[in-house]
Amino acid sequence: MPSAEQRLTRERFRVLAEEQLPRLYKLAQRLVGDDAEDAVQDALLKAYRGFDRLEHPGAGPAWLTRILVNVCRDRGRARARAPHEVSIEVVGEFSLYRKIADEDPFPYSDSLHLDFLEQFGSEDVRAVLARLPELYRVPLVLVYVDGFATKEVARLLEAPLGTVLARLHRGRKLFERMLWEYAEEMGLLRERVR
Amino acid sequence: MIACAEAVKQLWEYLDGALADPDRAAVEEHLSFCRRCCGEVEFAEELRGFLAREAAEEIPDDVRSRLIATLDELDTVQ
Repeated sequence: MPSAEQRLTRERFRVLAEEQLPRLYKLAQRLVGDDAEDAVQDALLKAYRGFDRLEHPGAGPAWLTRILVNVCRDRGRARARAPHEVSIEVVGEFSLYRKIADEDPFPYSDSLHLDFLEQFGSEDVRAVLARLPELYRVPLVLVYVDGFATKEVARLLEAPLGTVLARLHRGRKLFERMLWEYAEEMGLLRERVR
Repeated sequence: MIACAEAVKQLWEYLDGALADPDRAAVEEHLSFCRRCCGEVEFAEELRGFLAREAAEEIPDDVRSRLIATLDELDTVQ
């Protein structure tokens, strides 16, 4: 039988977790795709075990985010044992904008670049994100999808700011290149019949 | 004065407001006369919005119910 104090702690945790669930799930979806539900569940259990160490209730959302990001990173590492940095030479100075202009995938379009993006549904974008190495996907998602400041991401990932900025730069370039490769692979480079 | 390659390399940082003043000024100077790089900036901005918009997915009801059930069982967590 839980004591009154335990019941109160559980209730406080429940209020925080339930309020944050939609945000945590969305974040996990982008970080680990189909494993999102399991990742959120792991994170909730870990968080509950350490809830009494949370000193400031206002820090709850950021604290839950940090736990979830760590769970997702562990899962990513377990899947790909050797996350490796991609050198800037490999990424090159790929420009999706120029690639679309040069290859002209929709020759009869006046809005070539926007038409390119319109070929992608949400599932396609998530599929492209899933192809990015975890090292680049995590900061990219945290900054551009969830709106964290780069300094906050550095704190969350316990990495120097310069490292986060370099990974963001490479991650953006890789994302652009992978969008193009995915479009080629999935036959999206054809103008839809309007 | 910087060339297109240098400007393109810094476009996202420019949009993020993450460039130091001299670098930002150099990019802005380049954009003032380079129409192609202006197109790059507009597209980079579009791409950022696209990434934020399209990567989102609401939590499905059944997943939400299962996760709430996890919260209901917290008493059993050691």
